[in-house]
Amino acid sequence: MTNRADIRVVVAMSGGVDSSVAAALLVEQGYQVVGMMMRLWSEETTDGGAHNRCCTPEQMNDARRIADKLGIPFYVLDTKDVFRNTVVQYFIDGHRGGYTPNPCVECNRQIRFRYLLQNALALDADYLATGHYARIRRDENGIYHLLKGVDQHKDQSYVLSVMGQEQLAHTMFPVGEFPKPEVRKLAERFDVRVAGKRDSQDLCFLGDGDYRRFLTDYAPDVMQPGPIVLADGTVIGQHRGLANYTIGQRKGLGVQYHTPLYVLSMNPHTNALIVGTADELGCDELVASRFNWVGGTAPNEPFRAEVKIRYRARPAPALVTPLASERVHVRFDTPLRDIAPGQAAVVYLSDECLGGGIIERSKT
Amino acid sequence: MTTRNIYLDHSATTPTDPRVVEAMLPYFSEIYGNPSSAHSFGRRAEAAIETARETVARIFNCKPAEIVFTSGGSEGDNLAIRGVAWRARKTQNRTHLITSPIEHSAVIKTVEQLASVMGFSADYVPVDRHAVVSPTALQAFCQDKTALVSIMYANNEVGTVQPLTELAAIAHEHGALFHTDAVQAAGQLTLDVHQLGVDLMSISAHKFYGPKGAGALYVREGVDLVSSQTGGSHEGGRRAGTHNTPFIVGLAKALEIAYEEQSQHLAHYRHMRDMLVEGILARVPDAIYTGHPQNRIPSHASFLFSGVDSSKLIMHLDMRGVAASGGSACKTGNPAPSATLLAMGYPPEEAIGTLRLTVGRQTTEEHIAYVIDTVAQTVEKLRKLERELGL
Repeated sequence: MTNRADIRVVVAMSGGVDSSVAAALLVEQGYQVVGMMMRLWSEETTDGGAHNRCCTPEQMNDARRIADKLGIPFYVLDTKDVFRNTVVQYFIDGHRGGYTPNPCVECNRQIRFRYLLQNALALDADYLATGHYARIRRDENGIYHLLKGVDQHKDQSYVLSVMGQEQLAHTMFPVGEFPKPEVRKLAERFDVRVAGKRDSQDLCFLGDGDYRRFLTDYAPDVMQPGPIVLADGTVIGQHRGLANYTIGQRKGLGVQYHTPLYVLSMNPHTNALIVGTADELGCDELVASRFNWVGGTAPNEPFRAEVKIRYRARPAPALVTPLASERVHVRFDTPLRDIAPGQAAVVYLSDECLGGGIIERSKT
Repeated sequence: MTTRNIYLDHSATTPTDPRVVEAMLPYFSEIYGNPSSAHSFGRRAEAAIETARETVARIFNCKPAEIVFTSGGSEGDNLAIRGVAWRARKTQNRTHLITSPIEHSAVIKTVEQLASVMGFSADYVPVDRHAVVSPTALQAFCQDKTALVSIMYANNEVGTVQPLTELAAIAHEHGALFHTDAVQAAGQLTLDVHQLGVDLMSISAHKFYGPKGAGALYVREGVDLVSSQTGGSHEGGRRAGTHNTPFIVGLAKALEIAYEEQSQHLAHYRHMRDMLVEGILARVPDAIYTGHPQNRIPSHASFLFSGVDSSKLIMHLDMRGVAASGGSACKTGNPAPSATLLAMGYPPEEAIGTLRLTVGRQTTEEHIAYVIDTVAQTVEKLRKLERELGL
C-alpha cells in the first residue's frame, strides 16, 4: 500500500469555497498537495480593469492565502492563450453556426481535463483534484465510473460528461462526497472561509456577464438582424441577431401574434429565426455528436436511460441508441420544449453518468 | 518528497549575513534614541548613523555628506531622477531625460511619469544583442536640454555590465548629470564613484547580504536635488523621515563585509557560475546564454530555452527544490515577454523561455551539479509536454 504522503495531488484552486475545502480535505487525508490556479483569458478593457471572473486578483489572493494556511505550494498556471483559442473560440464559432454552445463543457474537455491535467501529471502529480460535485468509483474490473455528486442540487456531472477512463484514473472530486451545507461546515472547520462569493459564475470570460454584448464586439456577424418566420415561411418580424435567442425561448421576441410564440429553430444560412406555437415546439428526439462514453466504449444495443439536455434540466426518460461515428440518437418518452443544438445531451442510469455529446439537431 | 532546498536567486535577494544581524540588534531596544534628538540617547544613535555613513563613503570613495540613506533601490532611483529633473527644469530649463529600455522599473516608470504628466521628454538609448548601451548611440541622443542620463550599472535580468565611465563622460560633455542604478552591481563591482564618473548612484542593502528596506544614494557635492519626501531636515534636507538606525547600521556592515571579502566571494561566484553555465549549455539542447558572455556580474547566469514557458519552468524547479527566477519576479501567471530581451532583439515568442540562476556565498558544487541535472530534465519534459499539447 502506497503511503499517501508519496501521492502527489494537484488541486485546481479558484479561491472559492469548494476547491478550498477540496484542498483542505486532501491535506487532512495526508496527501502531498499542490495548489494550482489557472489564469484564464478575459476581455481586455481600455482601463485594464476586466479580469476573468474565475481568476480575479482577489480570488488569486484568496487562493494563495488558503494555500499558505494549508502549508502547500501554490502556483498560477498561464492558460490565457490556450483558453482563448479553444473555449472562447468555440463559443464564438458555435454561435456562428446557429448553436447555443456550452463553453463550460468545452472547457472541461480542452482545458481542465486536458491542459491542466497534463500539466499536473508533468509536475509528477498522480492526481488532479477539483471542487466539482461529482464522484468517481472504480469497480472490480478496474473500470472507473462517474457518479452524480451526493448533493443532487449541486451535481455537476453534466459538465464532466466529457471525461474518459484516462482522465478519471487521475482525478479526484473530494467535495462530491458531501452535501453543500456539509461543505460549508467543513470550510468553517478548516478555517478556509472565503469572502462570501457566488457558487458558480456565468461565462467567466465575459467582462460584464453580458454574452450578447460580447458577441456584438467579437463576432458582429452573428448579431445581424434578420427575419422572424413561421414554419410555413411567413415573415412576421425582424430579429436582432440569432445569437440573442435560444430554442424554446418565448420572451423578448418582439412580435405581435394572436397566440404566444416560441423559438423553434434557427437557420444560420438564411439568418432566419423560426418561431411557432406551443404545439409546434415540442420535440421528442435528438442526435448528439462527439459523444464521449465515460466507460470507453459505446453500448452495442439501444437501452433505456435518462437524458439531460441542459445543465439545469431534469433528466428525462428516453431510449438511447448509439450510432456510428461517435453519434447517439435519443428518443424521449415525452417531447421536450427546449432541446437546443450546441448544448450537451448527457445520459444517466440512475446516479451514474454514462457519457455525453453535443446536440447536433433535434429532428432526424 | 524532495528535501532539496537550493537557493539560486541571489539577484532577487540574499540572506542577511548573521554578522550583519548581530551588528543591527543593539539598535532596536538598547540604542533606540532618535538620532535627531539632542540628548545622550539621540547622540548614540546619531554616532552610529554617521559611522555607517563614513563606511559607505569610504567604499564609494566619496565624502560622507554625499551619502543619502534611503529605504532601498527604488527610493534611491526615484529621488535621484525626480530630484535632478525638477531642479534642472527650474534652474536651467533642461527638460530632457535619457535612459535605456532595460532599466529596472523604478527608473523606467519614474522617467515615464515625468514624461507623461510633468512635461519632460524622454529618450531610450537602444542596446545591442548583449544588452550593452553603446556610447555612440548615447552621444546621438544627448542634447542641450538633457538634464539627466540614467543607465544601470549591471542589468538584473541578463547581468550585463555597462561601460559607465564612457557613458557618464558623454553626458557630462552635454552638461547633463549621470545617474546609475547600481543595485545589482553593489557588493561585487567597484563602487568608486570617481573611477566610474557618476554624479548619482543608488544601491540596496538586501542584494549584498544586508537587510531589506535599506539603501543608499550617492549625490555628488554640488548636485542640488529637489527632495520628493519633504518634512524634517534629515539627510541634508534631501530625504525627510526619522533615520532607521538598525537598518542603516546593517547596510554599512553588509557593504563593509562584501568589500573586505570581495576577492574571496567573487572567485567563488565565478567558479560556481562558470560550472553552471558550462553544464547547462552542454546538457540542454539549443540553450542560449543571454547577456554579455564576459562583461557581467560574477554571480549571474541567464538563459533562454525555446519551446519553454518560464513560469512553468520556475514552478517545476521549485517543486524539485530549486529556487530560480524567470528574470524578474512574476507569480501571477501572466507572463509578458521580457522587455529587456525584446530590446536586445529577441522575438516575443522566444522572450518567454527565460531562466535566471544567480549564485551566492552558500552555493556549493554539489548544488550546481543537482541544478544542472534538474534544469536539463525539466526543460526536456516541458518541451515534450508543449509538443504533446500541440501548443
